[in-house]
Amino acid sequence: MPENILLINKLKKYFPTTERDRYVKAVDNVDLALKRGEILGVVGESGSGKSTIAYTVMGMYSPTSGQILFEGQDISCETSRRPMPVKKDLQIVFQDPGTSLNPQRNILQILELPLKVHRLADPDNTIRKVIELLEMVELSEEYLYKYPRALGGGERQLVAIARAMATGPKLMILDEPTSALDVSVQAKIVNTLIRLQSELGMSCLFITHDLSLMRNLAHRVAIMYLGKIMEVAPTQDFFERPLHPYTQMLLSSIPVISKEEETLKPDRITAHGEIPSPVDIPPGCRFHTRCTLAKDICFTQEPDAIQIGPNHSVSCHLFSED
Amino acid sequence: MANTILNVDGLHVGYRVYGGTLKVLDGIRLVMDAGEKIAVVGETGCGKTTTMKSIMGILPRQAVIRKGQINFKGRNLLTPGTEARGMRTIRPKGVSMVFQDPIAALNPVFTVGQQLSDVIKYSRGQTKQLSKQSVRDAAIEVLKLSALPDPERILTNYPFQLSGGMRQRVCIAMALSTAGDLLIADEPTTNLDVTIQDQVLRLIRNLVEEQGMSLALVTHSLGVARQMTDRIYIMYAGTMVEVAPTEGLFDKPFHPYTKGLLGSVPKLTGEGIGLGIPGRIPDYLKPPAGCRFYPRCEEALPECKDNKPELYDVGGGHRVACFLYR
Repeated sequence: MPENILLINKLKKYFPTTERDRYVKAVDNVDLALKRGEILGVVGESGSGKSTIAYTVMGMYSPTSGQILFEGQDISCETSRRPMPVKKDLQIVFQDPGTSLNPQRNILQILELPLKVHRLADPDNTIRKVIELLEMVELSEEYLYKYPRALGGGERQLVAIARAMATGPKLMILDEPTSALDVSVQAKIVNTLIRLQSELGMSCLFITHDLSLMRNLAHRVAIMYLGKIMEVAPTQDFFERPLHPYTQMLLSSIPVISKEEETLKPDRITAHGEIPSPVDIPPGCRFHTRCTLAKDICFTQEPDAIQIGPNHSVSCHLFSED
Repeated sequence: MANTILNVDGLHVGYRVYGGTLKVLDGIRLVMDAGEKIAVVGETGCGKTTTMKSIMGILPRQAVIRKGQINFKGRNLLTPGTEARGMRTIRPKGVSMVFQDPIAALNPVFTVGQQLSDVIKYSRGQTKQLSKQSVRDAAIEVLKLSALPDPERILTNYPFQLSGGMRQRVCIAMALSTAGDLLIADEPTTNLDVTIQDQVLRLIRNLVEEQGMSLALVTHSLGVARQMTDRIYIMYAGTMVEVAPTEGLFDKPFHPYTKGLLGSVPKLTGEGIGLGIPGRIPDYLKPPAGCRFYPRCEEALPECKDNKPELYDVGGGHRVACFLYR
């Protein structure tokens, strides 16, 4: 079995605009590997292409070019052309549980659908299986015949997680599962996710814009900016030694609640500027328009990913040899 | 006190709905000194926005102000009204507000210039006739203050042509153009990315300090509140549960709700995430008779069920509405 459960190779996803030959370059040459049993956090601002990666892996879009390998198997196509076992092993939890659950179905109906589709339970066994799923996310049996509208945001998201867990996936994609929720509710969801992940040894691709959440959750963190990965590192290393100017800018912008945290923020860089349009990506390094440390080369030449330490790579000219 | 600018006392606000009245605000007390920056922090649905809208006098029609007082610069804004409709509010002069969602706050069919000029004409033109040119100059000036590049072009833009951060800056410019004594910012950065949030918050703070205004910031992010303000009000289910100077609150939180909230925030130090607060906000149709946090509180005493705690002083300007600290 390959070590990487998911391997993304030079993935590109362009969307056409109304003008000819102009594209929204949502994902532009992304290489990413997800190890077995790992939580990989993909962090970036809105419009950086995080969700496009998730949806392309899920098969909601087919890639413009590049390859997605799941356990060594090429799945660079849309869902309709994927074999059932792959669909069973890949599940996703969306951002807004208010719209990702069918308001016309009760919780039992919502949770039994994946079981029926993948023939995972006998008809007389289904209810028991659904109750097990609810217990997994610490919801009681009472919820079986409730409708999503009767549930709070946090409970809805737990149902969405239970639905993704129904097929016993090997890889779970979490697309900002807690960004619509309050912190007190987020804590519960995140703790449930951490417990399930370590109990079942799933791999998770966790997409978020919240770096402090990743500090407490992910094994590795990847930073995305305008369709490209700027820095990838193991979590500890990432927060102790952020290298890319963009990473430092993100870290220094986080509002924190204690003095200990304050000392962890790089103070060299303050945020300015906004993310440019993904239709007109700046030439050279795509971050140079907001970078305070940009050199001449940054305006003309796109930096490659440079290995700095074990598993730590960064795309920035500041760290190239010459 | 001479320099108290805003004094809200015992404010009760409800919403008439099918089947009764949602008793949202339950005796809100909020005092602000001139030039002070405060934050009102709480979860979704705990009445933060309702409080601010009551002060602005822009509550929706189904809202009823049952009792209470709002004093702004020594003038009572509430006048007795009918039994059913509740009290009426006089809209205060010198208070402006920045809303959460700039796309909803700006009119999509008018240019930024038209909308901004309307505000300026309305607020400054009441005393004297303004020429077109002077309105335009004033608009450009406030856009510049809000750190918007190329203000002449932005005046001719429609809101959809601007990015989220720029739209929010336009809203800030609009609030500043009527600049007075108090700026209410209702979750001004919730829809923005962290790097943009940082810029917008710095902008608000600088402008407030330069113009000597007071700031009431509504937010659900404790981190934002810590960065921006001198004093924090923690709100839960329509009641103020804790009031403290910013430093004091983070050093030593007292109320079980505040503790739970602080424990739930993911930290950069990576010490893991707290357990959160079980349960959810009470049903406002039938709120708990005593402390509104009682059903979710792990340290609840028997008397919490039927008695409402007052704000008890625990020293250093720190006050907590909890029987544990009587």
